[in-house]
Amino acid sequence: MLAPWIAPFDPFDPAQISLWDGKLPPSWVEGGQSQYLLGTDNQGRDMLSTILYGGRLSILVGLAAVALGMVLGVTLGVLSGYFGGVTDAIIMRIADVQLTIPGILLAILINGIGRTILPLEMREEFAIWVVIIAIGLTDWPQFARVARGATLVESQKEYVQAARVIGLPQRMIILRHVLPNTLRPVLVIATIGLALAIIAEATLSFLGQGIPPTTPSLGTLIRVGNEYLFSGLWWITLFPAIALVVLVFAVNLLGDWMRDALNPKLR
Amino acid sequence: MLAYIIRRLGQSILVMAAVSLISFSLFNFVGDPVNNMVGQEATREDRLRIRENLGLDDPIIVQYVRFVGNAVRGEFGLSYRVRRPVDELIKERLPATLELVAVSAVIALILGIGAGVYTGIRRDGWLSKTILSSSLVGVSLPTFIIGIALIYLFAVTLRWLPSSGRAGLVEIGWWKTSFLSVDGWRSIILPALTLSLFQLTMILRLVRSEMLEVMQTDYIKFARARGLSERSINFVHALKNTLVPVITIIGINIGGLIAFSVITETVFQWPGTGLMFIQAVDFADVPIMAAYLCFVALVFVVVNLIVDLLYVFIDPRIRMAGR
Amino acid sequence: MSELLEIENLDVDFLTRRGNIHAAKSVSLQVAAGEVLGLVGESGAGKSTIGNAVIDLLESPGQITAGSIRFKGDELRGKTEDQMRRIRGDQIGMIFQDPQTSLNPLLRIGEQLIETIRKTKGIGQSEAEKSAEELLESVGITEARARLRSYPHQFSGGMRQRVVIALALAGDPDLIIADEPTTALDVSVQAQILDLIRGLCKSRNLGVIIVTHDIGVIANIADRVAVMYSGNIVETGDVRQILGNPQHEYTKSLIAAVPRPDKRLHRFNSVDYIDGSGDAADTLNRIDINTHWLGQQSQLQQTPATFNKDAPAIEVRDLCLAFKLQGAILKRNRRMLQAVDRVSFSIAQGESFGLVGESGSGKSTVARLIAGLHKPDSGSVEIVGQSVLGDQKDPRIKAARLNLQMIFQDPYSSLNGRLRVLDIVAEPIRFYKQSDNEKHTRRLVHDLLEHVGLGKDAALRYPHEFSGGQRQRISIARALASRPRILICDEPTSALDVSIQAQILNLLKDLQDELGLTLLFISHDLPVIRQMCDRVAVMRNGSICEIANAEALFTNPQHEYSRHLLELMPRMDVIGAAL
Repeated sequence: MLAPWIAPFDPFDPAQISLWDGKLPPSWVEGGQSQYLLGTDNQGRDMLSTILYGGRLSILVGLAAVALGMVLGVTLGVLSGYFGGVTDAIIMRIADVQLTIPGILLAILINGIGRTILPLEMREEFAIWVVIIAIGLTDWPQFARVARGATLVESQKEYVQAARVIGLPQRMIILRHVLPNTLRPVLVIATIGLALAIIAEATLSFLGQGIPPTTPSLGTLIRVGNEYLFSGLWWITLFPAIALVVLVFAVNLLGDWMRDALNPKLR
Repeated sequence: MLAYIIRRLGQSILVMAAVSLISFSLFNFVGDPVNNMVGQEATREDRLRIRENLGLDDPIIVQYVRFVGNAVRGEFGLSYRVRRPVDELIKERLPATLELVAVSAVIALILGIGAGVYTGIRRDGWLSKTILSSSLVGVSLPTFIIGIALIYLFAVTLRWLPSSGRAGLVEIGWWKTSFLSVDGWRSIILPALTLSLFQLTMILRLVRSEMLEVMQTDYIKFARARGLSERSINFVHALKNTLVPVITIIGINIGGLIAFSVITETVFQWPGTGLMFIQAVDFADVPIMAAYLCFVALVFVVVNLIVDLLYVFIDPRIRMAGR
Repeated sequence: MSELLEIENLDVDFLTRRGNIHAAKSVSLQVAAGEVLGLVGESGAGKSTIGNAVIDLLESPGQITAGSIRFKGDELRGKTEDQMRRIRGDQIGMIFQDPQTSLNPLLRIGEQLIETIRKTKGIGQSEAEKSAEELLESVGITEARARLRSYPHQFSGGMRQRVVIALALAGDPDLIIADEPTTALDVSVQAQILDLIRGLCKSRNLGVIIVTHDIGVIANIADRVAVMYSGNIVETGDVRQILGNPQHEYTKSLIAAVPRPDKRLHRFNSVDYIDGSGDAADTLNRIDINTHWLGQQSQLQQTPATFNKDAPAIEVRDLCLAFKLQGAILKRNRRMLQAVDRVSFSIAQGESFGLVGESGSGKSTVARLIAGLHKPDSGSVEIVGQSVLGDQKDPRIKAARLNLQMIFQDPYSSLNGRLRVLDIVAEPIRFYKQSDNEKHTRRLVHDLLEHVGLGKDAALRYPHEFSGGQRQRISIARALASRPRILICDEPTSALDVSIQAQILNLLKDLQDELGLTLLFISHDLPVIRQMCDRVAVMRNGSICEIANAEALFTNPQHEYSRHLLELMPRMDVIGAAL
């Protein structure tokens, strides 16, 4: 989040970039320059700054995609679990069908369709939004399933029945009683979902389907670097890759910790 | 039991119908099929004629039925880009993907279940803790990074194995296999390892947590109280009960392997269906996208049907339901 | 009689992050061969810990810190895991509470039995098969040979518990530890299982420890009793002496809290030994119903058309409801369960009416139908003279329903854990705008909480900070906040310990006296019904067998099934007449 303040350079400011400085190795390697700590990429952008900006973009896209999937999934899941019957059958069948197509494939597909529908000149500008929507739309069945399961359990509980006997309207029972009690398992899968969303974005970008090189995310950087791997310019790939793994690992650790902390069965 | 199988079959058919509907609508969503088939210079009359030939003026429902009819026979028309029948293209590239997925699945299952059981039993051993910590790293590693790392290590630095492509093929009829030559194995090993690693860690973690869950149950406590040996408790009582949820996940994971083969095939330039799909998405080559979608769904549905049947063998409660 | 098991000054500690919990403090016990020792105590008393400590299966982080356990004169502490494994099953058998979960669902019971027999006796497959068959027959399972090939889910609960007993006996042990062996079973099955255990004890000359919270079980099976309270054994002795003439204050209070089937007491006396929440009688400030908020009818309830002082509080006629067990496209293939079958009764205002039956008899479903949680297939429900079926938005139906509130069985799931007690209790007051302002609301909630025997400090805390009994008080306060005239209590005390049960029943009795409430009281427990109700309906398989005055039913039951139920009640004649 702090990228604009920490980063030594602004990778999007053409005044600070010169192609003459392109493909410089890290400062401690022979041929490196001290102002570019981790070297520069093929366009002469400072790697460290680019990674910081790219990491920020990856987190933002991940968060937005998970938020989209969560809102969609939890809404549908809670409605499905609380009302049951036809509502439940329709929503869960859609989720089932969607789950037959693995997530990343679907994201590639939705993303591909999204890009095709947009007029050419808008594609770069809206690429980030297309990616967010693609990943979010892929995510929702997971959230819907968990939210539905929790809702089924909660709405059988006696406090919900007590609320019904008091005569509260259904809208109030769902919002005040059922929903808050389903959020705990949803939050746990949300952190895992965030890790997966960051990976998904990186993967899309790596496959050249995601965020364009002009405003690179970590995945885009790795894609660009991969082309130079055989020519020995290892740093263009390595540093963004490490950054990505560390980022995902941190999110996963958080998820693991939350799962244990929220599960009374384990210690 | 028969009712159970019939119900599962019915659900599978429903899923396939829905996926085919999505595939079919791709044709109408993404660009104008006629534009994609003729060049810029085609006349208006030409276009109309092609439209009519393709049956695009028929009601939507008729078009859909025709699409499904063709799809069942494996016909998805001509690829917009290479102008060859899609089924031919798929048939050509299918062996590569299937062999890759099969090798990865075997690696992931054997190592995943083995390590999962081990860490479930020896909960506090140092090896278990090491395996567990590294598995968390494993889950955090995106497939393409594993691929790049393996290429850099084994192909670029050590030069032991080829970095890409599918060499050493032996033809058996139309099926070209990597399994019958040393070169074939040398080129499949890196992509297969890459593809399996993520699934391996998932299976490991799942088996472990299921094992721990089962160990908490009353019947395990009761088995202990009867003085049964640890071996019998771990491998007869616990493992069998662990398998039920594990099998479900394996069903889903086979689908996952196919999905991630798209990435692995891109990294290693492995000439399978996944690589074909990515190229098709780049060029909005709808027939290939549609065919691939149906193919993936079909694999998923078939695997899950098999899983459901396995359930019947493992769990007597399902086998005897309705009696 | 030589002692089979001798426990001396046993200490068991659970080292947790929040400090050291002493689960057993200097416990001493003896069991002889051919004797049933009842280990009785309420939840948290540490009674299960003793059983687990004997066979060295304490759940971590529990550990024995002092004392000795001698089995046939041989010290068990300090034995290796291998030596203990040979003692478990072979010498000491264990029976757990829930037969649904004690058996491995994926293995045939034959496989489980034969495996255990072969391990403990070291004999061959065919011999073990024969011995498994005999074992099943000895625990009362017919067609044993065929049943060996069955899976656990093909047995009923009582039959499964018989299989569990057979498994515990497979190694021919000399001591059996049974941890709440009948708690998960229906009354009619309970008696059979207890008879079986007692019979096996005498015929095989086994030592038996029965761990239980249920005085009725003790009265029926034990020779000697040890009473546990918060980790200590407070009293040991012959069953007649303990139940008939208890010495320790705790035992006195425990036995006074047991509902008696033979006569109706006005209140349970001296049940306030348990620390924490005192008996409501001490804290209850009497209120004047004519001036107090609780006594005034709200505008909503007072629609003249709906409140008829002479109409019965509840009247149901020909109520029917079937649940779908298994769906199918063809109607004839659907399997339906007639949960409620032509049920009719009428409850006068101010009356307390009991609905009794075993699990699955449909009694709770009737309560839910009246409360509007289920819709009946046919029949009618009237509350204070107003039919309440049909459009639930009808203001007359809404007004009539406001007269009725419900208290549920499970104190742990009947309160929303995410809300403070204040917000839980205030919910109906706020929703129906029954107070002048927020300050007034708070004052009303504090008042209600004090009235049910909780301090007003409870308002700012969350439900998980309270014990089961205290939560049930919060539930009652929430129900009262709607100012109901009718209270449906669905097994309100069956999840509670007996002394807490007595306190809650006292509270309900007091409230009824004071507010003139109508009670519909649902329970499977005949003695509880006896203590609470004026009239009783006996239910079985969805229909009512008999409706009678409580006195008449308990002294002279008319229907065959009522007589059967009464016979199954634990004998309490050993409990002293003095109490």
